[in-house]
Amino acid sequence: MDKFTSLKGIVTPLDRSNVDTDAIIPKQFLKSIKRSGFGPNLFDDWRYMDTGEPGMDNSTRPLNPDFVLNQDRFKGASILLARKNFGCGSSREHAPWALQDYGFRVIIAPSFADIFFNNCFKNGVLPIVLDASVVDQLFNEVDASPGYQLDVDLDAQTITTPGGNVISFEVDAFRKHCLLNGLDDISLTLQHVDDIKAYEQRRRQDTPWLF
Amino acid sequence: MVGKTLYDKLWDAHVVRTEEDGTTLLYIDRHLVHEVTSPQAFEGLRMAGRPLWRASANLATADHNVPTTDRSKGIADPVSRLQVETLDQNCNEFGITEFDMHDPRQGIVHVIGPEQGATLPGMTLVCGDSHTSTHGALGALAFGIGTSEVEHALATQCLIQKKSKSMLVSVDGQAGNGITAKDIVLAIIGELGTAGGTGYAIEFGGDAIRALSIEGRMTVCNMAIEAGARAGIVAVDEKTINYVRGRPYAPKEDVWEKAVKVWNELHSDENVEFDHVVRINAADIKPQVTWGTSPEMVVAVDARVPDPAEERDTVKREGMQAALAYMDLQANTPVNEINVDKVFIGSCTNSRIEDMRAAAQVAKGRKVASNIKLAMVVPGSGLVKKQAEAEGLDKIFTDAGFEWREPGCSMCLAMNADRLEPGERCASTSNRNFEGRQGQGGRTHLVSPAMAAAAAVTGHFVDVRELEGGVANG
Repeated sequence: MDKFTSLKGIVTPLDRSNVDTDAIIPKQFLKSIKRSGFGPNLFDDWRYMDTGEPGMDNSTRPLNPDFVLNQDRFKGASILLARKNFGCGSSREHAPWALQDYGFRVIIAPSFADIFFNNCFKNGVLPIVLDASVVDQLFNEVDASPGYQLDVDLDAQTITTPGGNVISFEVDAFRKHCLLNGLDDISLTLQHVDDIKAYEQRRRQDTPWLF
Repeated sequence: MVGKTLYDKLWDAHVVRTEEDGTTLLYIDRHLVHEVTSPQAFEGLRMAGRPLWRASANLATADHNVPTTDRSKGIADPVSRLQVETLDQNCNEFGITEFDMHDPRQGIVHVIGPEQGATLPGMTLVCGDSHTSTHGALGALAFGIGTSEVEHALATQCLIQKKSKSMLVSVDGQAGNGITAKDIVLAIIGELGTAGGTGYAIEFGGDAIRALSIEGRMTVCNMAIEAGARAGIVAVDEKTINYVRGRPYAPKEDVWEKAVKVWNELHSDENVEFDHVVRINAADIKPQVTWGTSPEMVVAVDARVPDPAEERDTVKREGMQAALAYMDLQANTPVNEINVDKVFIGSCTNSRIEDMRAAAQVAKGRKVASNIKLAMVVPGSGLVKKQAEAEGLDKIFTDAGFEWREPGCSMCLAMNADRLEPGERCASTSNRNFEGRQGQGGRTHLVSPAMAAAAAVTGHFVDVRELEGGVANG
């Protein structure tokens, strides 16, 4: 997994609640058996005027000029500012894969859906929960200042605004440790092979029908 | 001693180890695998040179991409075909049992798990699919995971988890005649909201839940995720035990009694405290129809489409306006005046034999209305299909003008060829009415199987209980 330590980047505002993972990456792109290459189809239904299919040359497709990702001032953004319950719906990890492949490494919202939130951490993407009022304020600031950037420091658990305002955020200590060091969960778990085997042995006695 | 919730009991029985901060290595008894969320996980194992931990804990099937029409010539779309073939190859390479596309037991992963007895009370069960919550109906702790966790489960038979908070949703009293599990769960989501269950494991209880069949409870637990909860569970009772008995993967005679003894403890202790309790009066629930682009946007069939002007919260109001625009609906339109173009009866929410029977009762002796372009019934598994055919339900459907298809996820998410065209409006027994879910530009209204069949034969939404000529019994 890619490490995440700190990042300064342009912020793209996505002003909708309950953005679901079907919207983040529509189902037709889930047919891929790879982990990469989903970025051009991130928010496909909202981003393009035509219907996207796997294998299309996305560079020649008609863009929806009203959608934020297509606006010049947000080009090269690495931080997505969103509304409540971001990432609801399907468990597809293709959603964080698509966000990351596009270039987003941080997503800020008042709340996230559980499975999506969890999937982000497995892919070096940092989801940050802030109070709805703080998120509102950030939306206002992004709107008012083209080129608006935020400085995110995971170790210090802070976001610094261009005006020098420092916002603290919470993050689970274990997940933070994994992100900072780019740790792979599976190798961590495999350090406890003996515990798993001992558990299985006990359960084979107590609940033999499960084996 | 402090009492335990059902969730506590299921959790505690599966803890391999817990760190000081509560991070827990949780053992997983059953892992269900399908073609969409597993290829990258198997590839990850190969790249790291890791073996599969325990092949017998896994059961696989292809469901999302499979055609629901004639399968003898395989899958026409080469991209879908490759994904399904990749599952076949991975299961073969790693020694995992798979019900492939041509197996009579193939079906939607959340239908075949319980059907086979591969889902058992007291289990932890995961699958790379958010509707894994379905299996909680049997008193199992079941939740959806992403592909990284699929790989983790394959490699270690464990997941790294933190315990959720506990919520009791108690549906008290008796639901009215003709009110189904789907109406109950849609009403619950309308009450909780689409994020009301975020961070919680929901136990569904109360007389109206106890009165449901196991299949009805599956419908309820299936949609726990639409209220934001990863897991929905129902306590074990006689119905649970009777449902499991004799299924292919169920405990055999030598350990059956021992298993039942363990399972009979799978209920929350009396007077235990939940972190949150929601009570709903079953008698207030009417047949439900969603009007918007989130499952929480739901009303009773005799109501009108809500008016955003009456919503004071700005973000909510704008969400409602966007939903009405997408759905091409006017505020205050009576729901029973909304015409539909297509009808889809199927999905992991509503494709079991009882769902087929409920829809067939409505379809019996009637004809699909002339404005309906397509009404399709997609059974949840090959065995559901066989049973329905043995009961003559297929004949009832086809006589009425419905199409009777092969099992799979089908138009719930339109990964195969079954989909809505832009602008088409669908009465669907599935679980998500998100924008584009059933096809780009498609408009989905979630309903029960009986309500979907009623929409098919009248051409618009109607309270199935008031259908002219009544509904045939049995």
